[in-house]
Amino acid sequence: MAETIRTLSLIIVLAPLLGAILAGLFGKVLGRKTSHRVTVLLMFVAFFAACWVWKLTVLDHGYLNSVLYIWGESGNFTFNIGFMIDQLTAWMMLLVTFVSLLVHIYSIGYMADDSGYQRFFSYVSLFTFSMLLLVTANNFLQLFIGWEGVGLVSYLLIGFWYTKEAAIFGSFKAFIVNRVGDFGFIIGIAAVMTYFGTLDYTTVFAKAPALAKAGTVLAVIPGAPWAVLTFICLALFIGAMGKSAQMPLHVWLPESMEGPTPISALIHAATMVTAGVFMVARLSPMFELSPTALSVVLVIGATGALFTGLVAFVQHDIKRVIAYSTLSQLGYMMAAMGVSAYAAGIFHLMMHGCFKALLFLAAGSVILGMHHEQDMRKMGGLRKYMPITYITFLIGALALSAIPPFAGYYSKDAIIEAVGAASNIPGSGYAYVCLVLGAFVTAFYIFRAFFLTFHGKERFSAEVKQHVKESPWVVWLPLVGLAIPSVFAGAILAYPLLYASPSWFGKSIFVAKGNNVLATLAEHYHGWFAYALHSVTTAPFWAAVIGIVSAWVLCLLVPSWRDVLVKRLSWIYFILVKKYGFDDFNQVVIAHGSKRFGEFCYRVADAKILDDWIINGSGRAVRFGASVVRRLQTGYLYHYVFVMILGLVVFVGWFELFETHSVLAEMLKSKYF
Amino acid sequence: MHFPLLSSLIWLPVIGGVITMMVGDDRRANVARWIAAIVAIIGLLLCIPLYANFSIHTSAMQFVEKITWIKAYGVNYSVGVDGISMPMIILTNITTLVVVFASWKTIRTKVAQYMAAFLIMQGMMNGVFAATDALLFYVFWEAMLIPIYLSIGIWGSSNRSYASIKFFMFTFFGSALMLIAILYLRIHTDSFAITSFYKLKMTMAVQIFVFIAFFLAFAVKVPMWPTHTWLPDAHTEAPAGGSVVLAALMLKMGVYGFLRFSLPIVPNACQHLYWFMIVLSLIAIVYIAYIAIAQTDMKRLIAYSSVAHMGFATLGCFMIYLIIQHTGNLKDAYMSLEGGMVQMLSHAFSTGALFVGIGILYDKLHTRMIGDLGGITAKMPVFASLMMLFAMANVGLPGTSGFVGEFMVILSAFQGSFWVAVIAATTVILSACYTLWMFKRVFFGGITNPQIETLTDIGFHDKVALGILAFMVLLIGIYPEVLLRVFHASVGHLLALAHVNKLP
Amino acid sequence: MIALSNYLILGAILFSLSIAGFVLNRRNVITLLMCVELMLLAVNMNFIAFSHYLNDIKGQVFVFFILTVAAAETAIGLAIVVLLYRNKKTIDVQELDSLKG
Repeated sequence: MAETIRTLSLIIVLAPLLGAILAGLFGKVLGRKTSHRVTVLLMFVAFFAACWVWKLTVLDHGYLNSVLYIWGESGNFTFNIGFMIDQLTAWMMLLVTFVSLLVHIYSIGYMADDSGYQRFFSYVSLFTFSMLLLVTANNFLQLFIGWEGVGLVSYLLIGFWYTKEAAIFGSFKAFIVNRVGDFGFIIGIAAVMTYFGTLDYTTVFAKAPALAKAGTVLAVIPGAPWAVLTFICLALFIGAMGKSAQMPLHVWLPESMEGPTPISALIHAATMVTAGVFMVARLSPMFELSPTALSVVLVIGATGALFTGLVAFVQHDIKRVIAYSTLSQLGYMMAAMGVSAYAAGIFHLMMHGCFKALLFLAAGSVILGMHHEQDMRKMGGLRKYMPITYITFLIGALALSAIPPFAGYYSKDAIIEAVGAASNIPGSGYAYVCLVLGAFVTAFYIFRAFFLTFHGKERFSAEVKQHVKESPWVVWLPLVGLAIPSVFAGAILAYPLLYASPSWFGKSIFVAKGNNVLATLAEHYHGWFAYALHSVTTAPFWAAVIGIVSAWVLCLLVPSWRDVLVKRLSWIYFILVKKYGFDDFNQVVIAHGSKRFGEFCYRVADAKILDDWIINGSGRAVRFGASVVRRLQTGYLYHYVFVMILGLVVFVGWFELFETHSVLAEMLKSKYF
Repeated sequence: MHFPLLSSLIWLPVIGGVITMMVGDDRRANVARWIAAIVAIIGLLLCIPLYANFSIHTSAMQFVEKITWIKAYGVNYSVGVDGISMPMIILTNITTLVVVFASWKTIRTKVAQYMAAFLIMQGMMNGVFAATDALLFYVFWEAMLIPIYLSIGIWGSSNRSYASIKFFMFTFFGSALMLIAILYLRIHTDSFAITSFYKLKMTMAVQIFVFIAFFLAFAVKVPMWPTHTWLPDAHTEAPAGGSVVLAALMLKMGVYGFLRFSLPIVPNACQHLYWFMIVLSLIAIVYIAYIAIAQTDMKRLIAYSSVAHMGFATLGCFMIYLIIQHTGNLKDAYMSLEGGMVQMLSHAFSTGALFVGIGILYDKLHTRMIGDLGGITAKMPVFASLMMLFAMANVGLPGTSGFVGEFMVILSAFQGSFWVAVIAATTVILSACYTLWMFKRVFFGGITNPQIETLTDIGFHDKVALGILAFMVLLIGIYPEVLLRVFHASVGHLLALAHVNKLP
Repeated sequence: MIALSNYLILGAILFSLSIAGFVLNRRNVITLLMCVELMLLAVNMNFIAFSHYLNDIKGQVFVFFILTVAAAETAIGLAIVVLLYRNKKTIDVQELDSLKG
């Protein structure tokens, strides 16, 4: 079976790469139609193979950990490229190929008029390849390669419309902020290499408990030793913060919305941004050994879940609302990681992948219908023009708001309850409050967007009105494709993934004995229907309902209240509009500061002191010395002769004085004189 | 006796250069170009048997040739390669071919002389890397200065004479001291063979003096802070080919010198002063990167980024002492040294390619200022894609060669010292800042300059030049073992030599 | 018989005179040429004296060579002076300072 999995995994990973190469290098030759056919076909192959691998691993308990080739070898260290296919990987592969396939199809319609058509398909396939490389890795090196690969393609795709200033700024910012995360990541990998001597997951996981027990410490600052595992986990988590847009490295994600919408769905909602969450789950055997790291993950995740959601209240761009929503949901996933409810986090990751991609694609459909208008203030009442988009967006919004029995309910409720149950971890009380409030926030902002877009007065011009219509089938078909799991997947998968023992994640996720909160929750789980009914007794549900109702009240019933609120709470409004000042801080202090510092280094230290004073200065010193000495050179022949004679006399005199044999004396004594 | 492969690699380009020079006239420029291309291609073809017949299992010199040259002083014409120099020779030949193709269109005056200069330089450079006799090494080392000096001085841009003299003074100042060190070693060993120097025992004071003499010669070439200021000037003024050779080859000679001379000849001094070298390398990595951020001239920016990247090579070379001090295992230090060596090869490809690219733009637009450019992607998509690849290699993205060296050096630096690794790792952020900032301004955005409207995409010759480099960048990035396997035996030998106690 | 030293002293005096002429003369290039000639004569004097004294004919042979060379040199020197005059309109030594640094 391992051999089959290996072959299939190779197909899964390489098919998108082949598509990317074909569409990228030969796009001109192939033409638009053939390019998208080829890439979609290859994606379909990958998806099919991923389903097969899913069957082999999740249902038949297959497992693969094999080296493909030796990337490099150096002294004591070996770097491999290889696959580790277990249940977690299989789920991720399934999600990635599924969403990617739908996004490929969707893009046929969405990008139809774009001049960079083939390039777009090439990038999307390349992204899928990198993402698959990331999830199939059996070692940290390959994880990092995939990690950076998705970062690169994300950079390319955000800046896809490279003449748009906002887009290229957004892509630049995304890359740099991600790099800040990668800085931590690479330090973490270096620490793993140093303390474990290898980068292979299995070896590292096997050695980790011993290292934790040995109490090895790392003196980061002399006198303040850290447990090595805590250090490693935190360093790696910095990488996850960058990629998964956790506070304070979240600033790039809203700006990434300048890219084409299918990309926002695939990369910035469903897959890439969840790579950090995936990584923490994948490294659960290490994080489990460091309560400090878990606590940090929990607090950062919960903070992001609440506070980034709040910013969505004041956004007018439909995509930005969903982007802040993504930030908030990523916070939920991370919070789940923090309380060792990895399964719940990954479950939410998958459900979120479906309904958030759905929301983005639906938003894209709206944008397409509105002729690339993204401002919700210029929408409204689209319900009757775009019925399919309307219904699918509603499904996505309900799933996001965690209304039972939609998919989001099962995953998000599990997270909130897990955080509530895990009171032994420092910060869990705070996290619980954040997450429950977050439920209200989530429901409010997404239904605000929903009502503003699809209900109420039509605020667009008559000219636009003539063109507004439902999008073509290649666009709405993926919406339907994503809407189905957004409705049903939660109810179906909740039990086998979260509460069953062994769950469908099998041994791919490790939870330490005392930390298994999901096991305690499982005692109260009596089937999906009972769980859905149970919701009416919980706070998050009512928070969500209040959120929906207040969105309805403020957007449709009495819109004037909104202005009153804004006036009353103007300082909060100001903070939210400024997004807590992160952007300004980065722009002014970090970006501008670095540039200033660089200029100082260049103009003062390098150009002035080093180059002008020292180097050209020594040149000038030589020239000055020469200008003094040249005065000896009068140009008169008789001076030269005089000096020559003088020299001769001095020389002879020297010898006469200091040599033992005086030549002159001997000459005078000789017989000639 | 086997076919004198190394001698052919040294002298064939020189002969080719002389023949090219005889073409002389610009009216027959194409003849000169083709002769140069053929010679360069033959050079590269000769590298195939060099790589194929190279045994990776021994650290001994291979393809050895030895003829007595000046009997009275015991100077031999002796050449040979090991795992450290063999890749450098291949690099030299690849680079020359790239230079010939990249200069095909951009050089229009004194073409024959230009091509001849680079062919002769190729021969000399092969000689530097192949020489196993110190005096022969010195001769090649100095001889290759002349063509590069001429190429900057004749085909350079407006401030060329200042740049070429500055360059010459810097490097010559350093190498004069190296000659003194070589002569000192010659007097005490009675031989010019480099290997005989390895056996000479010296007191610490003498070792430090010899170290400093070599250090100045090599540090200027690398260049290490604070002897780097010639580089931005030389790069800025040099023609595209000159910049490529400077970045891809000249800088490598410095690191090669450290590996061939400093580490094995004066190991105790190296062990004593490694912290000094590490500090200088870290300054190069961080401080120079900040300077690169402030640049407005593309060539200057890439030149400073070269200094920063070479900081990794020197860091890798001297980190070995700290690692072994820390772990006590010689095998742990392999990665550091090999990482440094990969870094210098990879830097040659990516930076060389960036200079070729800037040369193409300069030829078409007559400006190097970032502010004057914008939106080039729209007009030159193929070119922009290739440059994106090289920019990413410069940033150190996995899958490109730039990643391998940085990754290995950072990983091994952590074994030696946490803070060294952290400071070195800042390059992950800083290199992305300056490279992508430049890329964004030059290639993306709206078209800012009416001249850019008239641009057409790169032609065949540029595609060949950049294509070769792109292939190398990806090859090393995806499968670095192809390079690393060559290093192992020689690096092991070198590490052993670098840890011998040579105090009398 | 006149002692060798007397010849040598004569040679030395001649040599010193010519040097003095060289250094003190500030007017005419021709004088310089004459001083050079005188210097050569002083050397010749020594040659001949030694040759005679040591009974070695080689010294006198050399004198012939020197005389020939001196003649040629004077011819060239005069030619240069003529050219100099033509270019500079002067042969005043104090004005010939183009070597000045």
